[in-house]
Amino acid sequence: MTAIPQPGAKRLGLVIDLDTCVGCHACAVNCKEWNTSGHAAPLTDFQPYAAQQDGVWLNRVHTYEAGTSDGGNGVTSRTVHFPRSCLHCAEPACVTVCPTGASYKRAEDGIVLVNADICIGCKLCSWACPYGAREFDADQGVMRKCTLCIDRIYNETIPEKERVPACVKTCPAQARHFGDLGDPESAVSILVAERGGFDLMPEMGYRPTNKYLPPRQRKPAAAPPAEAPPTPDGGNKLLRWIDRALSR
Amino acid sequence: MGGAVSGRTTGFSNPVERIDPSTPVGDTVTATTCYMCACRCGIRVHVKDGRLRYIEGNPDHPVNRGVLCGKGSAGIMQHYSPARLSKPLLRSGPRGSGDFKEIEWEEALGIAAGWLRNIRATDPKKLAFFTGRDQSQSFTGWWAKQFGTPNFAAHGGFCSVNMAAAGLYSVGGSFWEFGDPDWDRAKYFVMFGVAEDHDSNPIKTGLAKLKARGAKFVSVNPVQTGYSAIADEFLGIRPGTDGLFVLALVHELLRTDRIDLDFLVRYTNAAWLVTEAPGTAAHGLFVRDAQGRPLAWDRERGEAIDAATPGMAPQVAGEVHLPDGRTARPVFHLLAERYLDGAYAPDSVADRCGIPAGTIRRIAREMAAVAFDDPIVLDQPWTDASGRRHETMLGRPVAMHAMRGISAHSNGFHTCRAIHLLQMLLGAVDTPGSWRYKSPFPRPIPPGALPVGKGAQPNTPMPGMALGFPRGPEDLLIEDDGSAVRIDKAFTWDAPLALHGLMQTVIANAHAGDPYKIDTLFMYMANMAWNSAMNPGDAARMLTDKDPATGEYVIPHVIYADAFSSEMVAHADLVFPDTTYLERWDCISLLDRPIGSPEGPADSIRQPVLPPDRDVRPFQDVLLDLGARLGLPGFVAEDGKPAYRDYADYIVNHQRGPGIGPLAGFRGADGTAAGVGAPNPDQLQRYIENGAFWAHHHPPEALYYKHANAAYLAEAKALGLIGSTAQIVLQLYSEPLQKFRLAAEGHGPVQPPDTHRDRVRRAFDPLPIWYPPLEQGSGPQAAYPLFAITQRPMAMYHSWHSQNAWLRQIYGANRLYMHRGTARALGIADDDWVWAISRTGRVKCQVKLMEGVNPDTVWTWNAIGKRSGAWALSPDAPESTKGFLLNHVITEFLPERGGVRHANADPVTGQAAWYDLRVRIEKAEAPGETLPRPATLPRPSGQPPAPGILRFGAPAADPAPTQAAE
Repeated sequence: MTAIPQPGAKRLGLVIDLDTCVGCHACAVNCKEWNTSGHAAPLTDFQPYAAQQDGVWLNRVHTYEAGTSDGGNGVTSRTVHFPRSCLHCAEPACVTVCPTGASYKRAEDGIVLVNADICIGCKLCSWACPYGAREFDADQGVMRKCTLCIDRIYNETIPEKERVPACVKTCPAQARHFGDLGDPESAVSILVAERGGFDLMPEMGYRPTNKYLPPRQRKPAAAPPAEAPPTPDGGNKLLRWIDRALSR
Repeated sequence: MGGAVSGRTTGFSNPVERIDPSTPVGDTVTATTCYMCACRCGIRVHVKDGRLRYIEGNPDHPVNRGVLCGKGSAGIMQHYSPARLSKPLLRSGPRGSGDFKEIEWEEALGIAAGWLRNIRATDPKKLAFFTGRDQSQSFTGWWAKQFGTPNFAAHGGFCSVNMAAAGLYSVGGSFWEFGDPDWDRAKYFVMFGVAEDHDSNPIKTGLAKLKARGAKFVSVNPVQTGYSAIADEFLGIRPGTDGLFVLALVHELLRTDRIDLDFLVRYTNAAWLVTEAPGTAAHGLFVRDAQGRPLAWDRERGEAIDAATPGMAPQVAGEVHLPDGRTARPVFHLLAERYLDGAYAPDSVADRCGIPAGTIRRIAREMAAVAFDDPIVLDQPWTDASGRRHETMLGRPVAMHAMRGISAHSNGFHTCRAIHLLQMLLGAVDTPGSWRYKSPFPRPIPPGALPVGKGAQPNTPMPGMALGFPRGPEDLLIEDDGSAVRIDKAFTWDAPLALHGLMQTVIANAHAGDPYKIDTLFMYMANMAWNSAMNPGDAARMLTDKDPATGEYVIPHVIYADAFSSEMVAHADLVFPDTTYLERWDCISLLDRPIGSPEGPADSIRQPVLPPDRDVRPFQDVLLDLGARLGLPGFVAEDGKPAYRDYADYIVNHQRGPGIGPLAGFRGADGTAAGVGAPNPDQLQRYIENGAFWAHHHPPEALYYKHANAAYLAEAKALGLIGSTAQIVLQLYSEPLQKFRLAAEGHGPVQPPDTHRDRVRRAFDPLPIWYPPLEQGSGPQAAYPLFAITQRPMAMYHSWHSQNAWLRQIYGANRLYMHRGTARALGIADDDWVWAISRTGRVKCQVKLMEGVNPDTVWTWNAIGKRSGAWALSPDAPESTKGFLLNHVITEFLPERGGVRHANADPVTGQAAWYDLRVRIEKAEAPGETLPRPATLPRPSGQPPAPGILRFGAPAADPAPTQAAE
């Protein structure tokens, strides 16, 4: 069993906006691209050019439909794009189950990492994670997971404003935000407060750091002005414009 | 485990893992331009130990501002793809077999030059040179011109020419990638038929901005995926009926008199007088004065005067009697009369569109409420083209965008015109909050150049570039005997406004020898034997067909250039292997498809990030080499040596006109000139220092009303973007269209053959019309009750990406999606295998049921399906066993009628009507694999085996990824 350190004030994490996520997979692929040569390198791909192609990803996007619809008139179904990665929980069962200490939570910023050097590939952590946020690399024999791009966010060789996780920097729909969710005054905390950000499966008690922002209320049909009177039938429908005074 | 974790267990102490904060991303970082799709985002490419480490969006780049999509982020796997070609190939087996031998470049270029030299010396039009998603069309087109063949175009004829033509003939700009919603100011945004089209990243970023500001986003689309998923309102329209929906909105705005007449009389031809003289050659043409200026009726003066007269009091409705006895009506009168007709009433169109009449009325009311009750007034003085100063800029913040769902129908030209009409009625063209022109637009309507192609002579360049903008029948490319000048029959009565050519008909026409036989088909980056063909089976047959009399191939020579082993490679005789986009110079030129924004013109370059590790050459270098071998004017210097060392040299030193070259930035000897200036030997270095792009920003007073903004027009002329500072008057009513119609009615020296008269008369209406997609008029509809369309997945734009190790894990096979209720009625369950049957063929595939789709529509992802063995995929890859192309049940032609076989295309532009397809769905007995399934192609020689496991980025000295076979 691995100990969780005393929690620090800093809780780095992601805020994911389900209102603007269009399911483009930019975050997933850019994550793969950064991390396959990064702290978690490599993110192995199996049968990359054949049947049963598969690989290790730290971030995946799922698409669901909710509700039913007649497909046009009076649509009631919605299409929801849902990016999924490690939530860097405050109470990470993936850490406490780890028999070697490979899976650990950092005291200084709350990031949950896997130390591949001492991971024995027992997969207890992936069984413990209710979010399915860990992926096992059968080739390397180790567990992989989101590092919150720890090799970017503290990397002094990267321009300061770009020291954010790859998925955040690349998201074209501005649907991903990074910051300190332990600081109630941080931009991400304010965003969560304003938009009603929520925890995934709070009933599990893992207290995830990452938050999801719900889709904004759809704009109702704008309260339209009273319908203008229809053009009188018969008569010249163009009459009203014939004497219209206009100036070019 | 499971349940809450309580307390903290004690056990191992926290391990110490050192994260080095000072490790650079790579050894070098290079700014260049992405080419994973056609959107041309700026990227920064990090290289470590000689290998790609990371590709990210360039934060300074005007297109993508640092973001990068899933495609662009997978560039590493494109660059290292095992499908890359590695050496010139010469066919060694039957065409189509995929059997090649590797040859040296000298031999390959010698063979090609031999064929081409013979053609050029005898009959240059026997070369058909067509390029695909080519971003060097101003160069490839110039090569064709200097060669002397009229037969050049790129892929626009099967992509977006309806959008380009409708826009350029209506507002002098277009949707597509050449206009932008005012993402920062729009309050109401309507998106028509967009399925991950250009500009992919800017649209996503823009939608996020709109939603953050609380603007309403309405998506009109048969399928509720992608962008439609985040729309405030999704209107699941039936395919091909958008024009009817839009014209019903027009009806409602007119009926309720919620239109911007001030905008119309100042900026459009609403008040221009149209001659009323049925049966004569003048009918429907503008009334003009002796100088050719259009006239409008001045209510105060009581006479027809120059319609451009500032301050005149134009009459917009009512009949006008001219002194010479002619009768005329203002354009607005004609359009109001037409669209107020009950045929366009919401109640009349609702069933056909699948959108309730009440919804249509409400959307019209919402648009009007935003445009007129909640306008934007910018505190920004400006001066209009008539010299009048305005203290503010008035904005109608209703923005629109439209793309392939409009474009890919045979009524797409008029549907797109209808959307522009709607914008004009709302006064929502290039105003704050509305749709805006992206530089270098607007341009005169239509733009100046005419198509060129008549009179090809041996060893003689054509007098101009092949593609242009006809103004009337006399500008068509038709021989004296009535036959087509061009192999694709662009600019004939089949497709008079085929501004981008008709690449999709080239193989069929060349095979049929109609209008003539060709000698060599030369293509670049266009998978015309597969997903770019309207019927891949037929295309492959025609490419491999032999003349029984001679035993020779009907199309004698096929040359193809591509970086990868696409399906088309197997159908070539000679293959030039191209580089990847990270191994080359390119320019994204103002002469072609630049990256301009509403703020001003911009262009960009690609620069080599890595040297090729194979015996490949950039295609543009190959064309320069061939041009020099053939002695094409402009390609050889006076001493007979090549005029340009390579494409980079051409980019810097070529001048299309005095001071105008491929790149507009950093011109002049000292690099300070913009737009026009002498070549600057340091130009590429200056681009590199600037992040591989150049952007010029117009001053604030020039940012809106560009069609009539004196400051903008003056600056655009100074930059060489337009030739005149005259106001560009938006064309509600299109006189060029009326000229074609008059010809069809028997007027003028150039008239359509009798077989085409009725079709041309109907299609060339000077005001937007709607008609059912032509395919649907071609046979009994009951037999094919469902619409069938395709979309592009956001993470995988087109066929280049099925080889991509990462992207094919996201989309490795495609299903046929259909509405759950529709399936239930047919007895079809989720995951069932079905036949999708059209009037010309059937394809077997597996269904996936969903809710958010128009119930009369089935759809699938485009270009996931692959021919077995192509693209270095193993023969059992799901792309060929489970993936499929709907193309197999589409054809290039409509059924023959009255001895005429029209293209399955828009009758105005020749745009391929991909989305007109109708099918019926029948349950297939046996599950298993998709059909048809052409024979497996062999791997091209020299192609390394694909690895069974890929450890890209593994620390230490792992072998290169393409050799990491297990």
